[in-house]
Amino acid sequence: MDGFGPVAAFWVLSGLTLVSAGGVMMSRNLLHAVLFLIVTFIGVAGFFVLLSADFIAMAQVIIYVGAIAVLVLFAVLLTPRAGRDNAETKWALPGMLLAVCLAAVFLFVIHDTSWNTIDGDPAEGSLTAAALGNALLDTWVLPFEIASVLLTAALVGAIMLTRTPEEEAEDALS
Amino acid sequence: MSIGIEHFLTVGALLFCLGLAIALSKRNAIGVLMGVELMLNAVNLTLITFSRFSVSDTPIAGHTFVVFVLTVAAAEAAVALALAVSVYRNRETVDVDQLNLLRS
Repeated sequence: MDGFGPVAAFWVLSGLTLVSAGGVMMSRNLLHAVLFLIVTFIGVAGFFVLLSADFIAMAQVIIYVGAIAVLVLFAVLLTPRAGRDNAETKWALPGMLLAVCLAAVFLFVIHDTSWNTIDGDPAEGSLTAAALGNALLDTWVLPFEIASVLLTAALVGAIMLTRTPEEEAEDALS
Repeated sequence: MSIGIEHFLTVGALLFCLGLAIALSKRNAIGVLMGVELMLNAVNLTLITFSRFSVSDTPIAGHTFVVFVLTVAAAEAAVALALAVSVYRNRETVDVDQLNLLRS
Protein backbone atom coordinates (compact mmCIF):
# COMPACT_ATOMS: atom_id res chain seq x y z
CA MET A 1 0.00 0.00 0.00
CA ASP A 2 1.53 3.27 -1.12
CA GLY A 3 0.42 6.86 -0.99
CA PHE A 4 0.17 9.23 1.95
CA GLY A 5 -3.43 8.39 2.96
CA PRO A 6 -3.17 4.65 3.69
CA VAL A 7 0.29 4.98 5.27
CA ALA A 8 -0.80 7.79 7.59
CA ALA A 9 -4.02 5.92 8.41
CA PHE A 10 -2.03 2.79 9.25
CA TRP A 11 0.30 4.55 11.69
CA VAL A 12 -2.50 6.54 13.35
CA LEU A 13 -4.66 3.42 13.71
CA SER A 14 -1.85 1.24 15.04
CA GLY A 15 -0.95 3.91 17.59
CA LEU A 16 -4.59 4.28 18.66
CA THR A 17 -5.19 0.52 18.88
CA LEU A 18 -2.02 -0.44 20.73
CA VAL A 19 -2.07 2.52 23.13
CA SER A 20 -5.70 1.89 24.10
CA ALA A 21 -5.00 -1.86 24.46
CA GLY A 22 -2.20 -0.83 26.82
CA GLY A 23 -4.78 1.33 28.59
CA VAL A 24 -6.92 -1.79 29.23
CA MET A 25 -3.83 -3.29 30.89
CA MET A 26 -2.78 -0.21 32.85
CA SER A 27 -5.96 1.59 33.96
CA ARG A 28 -6.67 1.21 37.66
CA ASN A 29 -10.47 1.31 37.29
CA LEU A 30 -12.37 -1.50 35.59
CA LEU A 31 -14.86 0.91 33.99
CA HIS A 32 -12.02 2.91 32.40
CA ALA A 33 -10.61 -0.41 31.11
CA VAL A 34 -13.93 -1.13 29.38
CA LEU A 35 -13.87 2.34 27.74
CA PHE A 36 -10.30 1.73 26.51
CA LEU A 37 -11.47 -1.64 25.17
CA ILE A 38 -14.15 0.14 23.11
CA VAL A 39 -11.50 2.44 21.59
CA THR A 40 -9.41 -0.62 20.71
CA PHE A 41 -12.39 -2.23 18.96
CA ILE A 42 -12.97 0.94 16.94
CA GLY A 43 -9.28 1.01 15.97
CA VAL A 44 -9.47 -2.59 14.73
CA ALA A 45 -12.59 -1.66 12.74
CA GLY A 46 -10.50 1.09 11.13
CA PHE A 47 -7.89 -1.52 10.17
CA PHE A 48 -10.66 -3.58 8.54
CA VAL A 49 -11.67 -0.56 6.43
CA LEU A 50 -8.00 -0.07 5.46
CA LEU A 51 -7.82 -3.74 4.40
CA SER A 52 -10.93 -3.28 2.17
CA ALA A 53 -13.16 -5.40 4.43
CA ASP A 54 -15.98 -2.89 4.75
CA PHE A 55 -18.74 -5.33 5.73
CA ILE A 56 -16.54 -6.89 8.44
CA ALA A 57 -15.73 -3.39 9.73
CA MET A 58 -19.46 -2.59 10.08
CA ALA A 59 -20.08 -5.97 11.75
CA GLN A 60 -17.17 -5.27 14.12
CA VAL A 61 -18.65 -1.90 15.13
CA ILE A 62 -22.16 -3.32 15.59
CA ILE A 63 -21.21 -6.57 17.37
CA TYR A 64 -18.16 -5.56 19.41
CA VAL A 65 -18.77 -1.89 20.15
CA GLY A 66 -22.56 -2.17 20.16
CA ALA A 67 -23.17 -5.51 21.83
CA ILE A 68 -20.13 -7.02 23.55
CA ALA A 69 -18.89 -3.76 25.12
CA VAL A 70 -22.40 -3.08 26.46
CA LEU A 71 -22.57 -6.66 27.81
CA VAL A 72 -19.23 -6.18 29.58
CA LEU A 73 -20.42 -2.85 31.04
CA PHE A 74 -23.62 -4.53 32.26
CA ALA A 75 -21.60 -7.33 33.86
CA VAL A 76 -19.41 -4.75 35.66
CA LEU A 77 -22.51 -2.92 36.91
CA LEU A 78 -24.25 -6.16 38.00
CA THR A 79 -21.31 -7.10 40.25
CA PRO A 80 -21.25 -3.99 42.47
CA ARG A 81 -19.49 -5.38 45.54
CA ALA A 82 -16.72 -7.10 43.56
CA GLY A 83 -13.34 -5.38 43.26
CA ARG A 84 -13.25 -2.55 40.70
CA ASP A 85 -9.53 -1.87 40.95
CA ASN A 86 -8.49 -4.00 37.90
CA ALA A 87 -5.59 -5.41 39.92
CA GLU A 88 -3.23 -8.21 38.93
CA THR A 89 -2.93 -11.69 40.44
CA LYS A 90 0.33 -13.10 41.76
CA TRP A 91 0.76 -14.78 38.35
CA ALA A 92 1.02 -11.42 36.59
CA LEU A 93 4.80 -11.50 36.11
CA PRO A 94 5.01 -15.03 34.59
CA GLY A 95 2.01 -14.19 32.39
CA MET A 96 3.60 -11.00 31.06
CA LEU A 97 6.92 -12.82 30.55
CA LEU A 98 5.12 -15.45 28.49
CA ALA A 99 3.40 -12.74 26.44
CA VAL A 100 6.74 -10.98 25.77
CA CYS A 101 8.39 -14.26 24.70
CA LEU A 102 5.45 -15.06 22.42
CA ALA A 103 5.63 -11.55 20.92
CA ALA A 104 9.35 -12.06 20.22
CA VAL A 105 8.66 -15.39 18.46
CA PHE A 106 5.80 -13.86 16.42
CA LEU A 107 7.86 -10.83 15.35
CA PHE A 108 10.80 -13.05 14.35
CA VAL A 109 8.55 -15.32 12.27
CA ILE A 110 6.73 -12.39 10.64
CA HIS A 111 9.93 -10.62 9.58
CA ASP A 112 11.89 -13.77 8.68
CA THR A 113 9.27 -15.29 6.36
CA SER A 114 9.19 -14.18 2.73
CA TRP A 115 5.44 -13.74 2.25
CA ASN A 116 3.97 -14.54 -1.14
CA THR A 117 1.70 -11.52 -1.55
CA ILE A 118 -0.20 -9.89 -4.39
CA ASP A 119 1.09 -6.64 -5.86
CA GLY A 120 -1.23 -3.67 -5.70
CA ASP A 121 -4.95 -3.85 -5.07
CA PRO A 122 -6.98 -7.07 -4.81
CA ALA A 123 -9.02 -8.18 -7.84
CA GLU A 124 -12.09 -6.07 -8.53
CA GLY A 125 -15.19 -7.42 -6.72
CA SER A 126 -13.34 -10.21 -4.88
CA LEU A 127 -13.65 -8.74 -1.36
CA THR A 128 -17.10 -7.12 -1.49
CA ALA A 129 -20.07 -7.78 0.77
CA ALA A 130 -21.81 -9.42 -2.22
CA ALA A 131 -18.96 -11.92 -2.60
CA LEU A 132 -19.09 -12.61 1.15
CA GLY A 133 -22.85 -13.25 0.99
CA ASN A 134 -22.42 -15.61 -1.94
CA ALA A 135 -19.67 -17.53 -0.13
CA LEU A 136 -21.73 -17.75 3.10
CA LEU A 137 -24.87 -19.06 1.40
CA ASP A 138 -23.11 -21.26 -1.17
CA THR A 139 -19.89 -22.93 -0.03
CA TRP A 140 -20.26 -22.35 3.71
CA VAL A 141 -24.02 -22.74 4.15
CA LEU A 142 -23.75 -25.65 6.62
CA PRO A 143 -21.42 -23.81 9.07
CA PHE A 144 -23.71 -20.78 8.63
CA GLU A 145 -26.72 -22.81 9.83
CA ILE A 146 -24.73 -24.40 12.66
CA ALA A 147 -23.71 -20.90 13.80
CA SER A 148 -27.40 -20.01 14.17
CA VAL A 149 -27.93 -23.11 16.35
CA LEU A 150 -24.92 -22.08 18.44
CA LEU A 151 -26.32 -18.56 18.91
CA THR A 152 -29.69 -19.95 20.02
CA ALA A 153 -27.99 -22.28 22.50
CA ALA A 154 -25.88 -19.41 23.88
CA LEU A 155 -28.99 -17.22 24.22
CA VAL A 156 -30.91 -19.89 26.15
CA GLY A 157 -27.86 -20.75 28.25
CA ALA A 158 -27.16 -17.13 29.21
CA ILE A 159 -30.78 -16.58 30.27
CA MET A 160 -30.82 -19.84 32.24
CA LEU A 161 -27.55 -19.03 34.05
CA THR A 162 -28.62 -15.57 35.21
CA ARG A 163 -32.11 -16.42 36.46
CA THR A 164 -32.57 -16.21 40.23
CA PRO A 165 -34.29 -19.04 42.20
CA GLU A 166 -37.22 -16.66 42.92
CA GLU A 167 -37.83 -16.12 39.21
CA GLU A 168 -37.82 -19.86 38.59
CA ALA A 169 -40.31 -20.40 41.44
CA GLU A 170 -42.61 -17.74 39.94
CA ASP A 171 -42.50 -19.48 36.56
CA ALA A 172 -43.24 -22.85 38.15
CA LEU A 173 -46.40 -21.42 39.76
CA SER A 174 -47.82 -19.79 36.64
CA MET B 1 7.38 4.63 2.45
CA SER B 2 4.93 1.83 1.80
CA ILE B 3 3.29 -0.57 4.20
CA GLY B 4 2.89 -4.27 3.53
CA ILE B 5 1.68 -7.47 5.08
CA GLU B 6 4.40 -7.46 7.78
CA HIS B 7 3.14 -4.21 9.28
CA PHE B 8 -0.41 -5.47 9.71
CA LEU B 9 0.76 -8.84 11.02
CA THR B 10 3.00 -7.06 13.54
CA VAL B 11 0.07 -5.03 14.89
CA GLY B 12 -2.01 -8.22 15.08
CA ALA B 13 0.74 -10.09 16.94
CA LEU B 14 1.32 -7.26 19.42
CA LEU B 15 -2.43 -6.93 20.06
CA PHE B 16 -2.67 -10.70 20.62
CA CYS B 17 0.21 -10.67 23.11
CA LEU B 18 -1.27 -7.70 24.99
CA GLY B 19 -4.57 -9.58 25.20
CA LEU B 20 -2.74 -12.67 26.44
CA ALA B 21 -0.95 -10.66 29.14
CA ILE B 22 -4.28 -9.15 30.25
CA ALA B 23 -6.05 -12.54 30.27
CA LEU B 24 -3.27 -14.15 32.30
CA SER B 25 -2.68 -11.38 34.82
CA LYS B 26 -6.00 -9.73 35.70
CA ARG B 27 -7.70 -10.67 38.94
CA ASN B 28 -11.26 -9.69 38.02
CA ALA B 29 -12.96 -12.35 35.86
CA ILE B 30 -14.47 -9.62 33.66
CA GLY B 31 -10.95 -8.25 33.11
CA VAL B 32 -9.82 -11.72 32.02
CA LEU B 33 -12.72 -11.79 29.56
CA MET B 34 -11.65 -8.43 28.12
CA GLY B 35 -8.22 -9.93 27.42
CA VAL B 36 -9.84 -12.85 25.60
CA GLU B 37 -11.89 -10.43 23.47
CA LEU B 38 -8.70 -8.54 22.56
CA MET B 39 -7.05 -11.81 21.48
CA LEU B 40 -10.05 -12.72 19.30
CA ASN B 41 -9.89 -9.26 17.71
CA ALA B 42 -6.18 -9.68 16.98
CA VAL B 43 -6.85 -13.02 15.29
CA ASN B 44 -9.60 -11.41 13.18
CA LEU B 45 -7.16 -8.67 12.13
CA THR B 46 -4.62 -11.31 11.08
CA LEU B 47 -7.22 -13.29 9.11
CA ILE B 48 -8.37 -10.16 7.26
CA THR B 49 -4.73 -9.24 6.54
CA PHE B 50 -4.04 -12.61 4.92
CA SER B 51 -7.32 -12.38 3.02
CA ARG B 52 -6.27 -8.99 1.61
CA PHE B 53 -2.64 -9.80 0.74
CA SER B 54 -2.35 -13.51 0.00
CA VAL B 55 -2.37 -14.97 -3.51
CA SER B 56 -5.60 -16.97 -3.73
CA ASP B 57 -8.49 -17.71 -6.06
CA THR B 58 -11.03 -17.19 -3.28
CA PRO B 59 -9.64 -14.52 -0.92
CA ILE B 60 -13.15 -14.07 0.53
CA ALA B 61 -12.66 -17.30 2.57
CA GLY B 62 -10.76 -15.27 5.17
CA HIS B 63 -13.72 -12.93 5.57
CA THR B 64 -16.04 -15.93 5.97
CA PHE B 65 -13.83 -17.25 8.75
CA VAL B 66 -13.98 -13.85 10.49
CA VAL B 67 -17.79 -13.87 10.34
CA PHE B 68 -17.82 -17.20 12.21
CA VAL B 69 -15.22 -15.99 14.73
CA LEU B 70 -17.44 -12.93 15.40
CA THR B 71 -20.46 -15.20 15.94
CA VAL B 72 -18.65 -17.50 18.35
CA ALA B 73 -17.11 -14.51 20.16
CA ALA B 74 -20.56 -13.01 20.73
CA ALA B 75 -21.90 -16.34 22.06
CA GLU B 76 -18.82 -16.76 24.26
CA ALA B 77 -19.12 -13.26 25.70
CA ALA B 78 -22.81 -13.73 26.53
CA VAL B 79 -22.27 -17.07 28.30
CA ALA B 80 -19.07 -16.00 30.09
CA LEU B 81 -20.64 -12.81 31.45
CA ALA B 82 -23.74 -14.77 32.54
CA LEU B 83 -21.35 -17.13 34.37
CA ALA B 84 -19.62 -14.14 36.03
CA VAL B 85 -22.97 -12.73 37.22
CA SER B 86 -24.03 -16.19 38.43
CA VAL B 87 -20.75 -16.69 40.36
CA TYR B 88 -21.17 -13.21 41.88
CA ARG B 89 -24.67 -14.14 43.15
CA ASN B 90 -23.28 -17.16 44.97
CA ARG B 91 -19.91 -15.87 46.20
CA GLU B 92 -20.21 -12.03 46.17
CA THR B 93 -16.92 -11.91 44.23
CA VAL B 94 -15.63 -12.39 40.68
CA ASP B 95 -12.02 -12.45 41.87
CA VAL B 96 -10.33 -15.44 40.17
CA ASP B 97 -7.91 -15.74 43.12
CA GLN B 98 -10.77 -16.44 45.53
CA LEU B 99 -12.67 -18.91 43.35
CA ASN B 100 -10.82 -21.93 44.73
CA LEU B 101 -13.61 -24.23 45.95
CA LEU B 102 -12.05 -27.18 44.11
CA ARG B 103 -8.65 -26.76 45.74
CA SER B 104 -7.79 -29.77 47.91
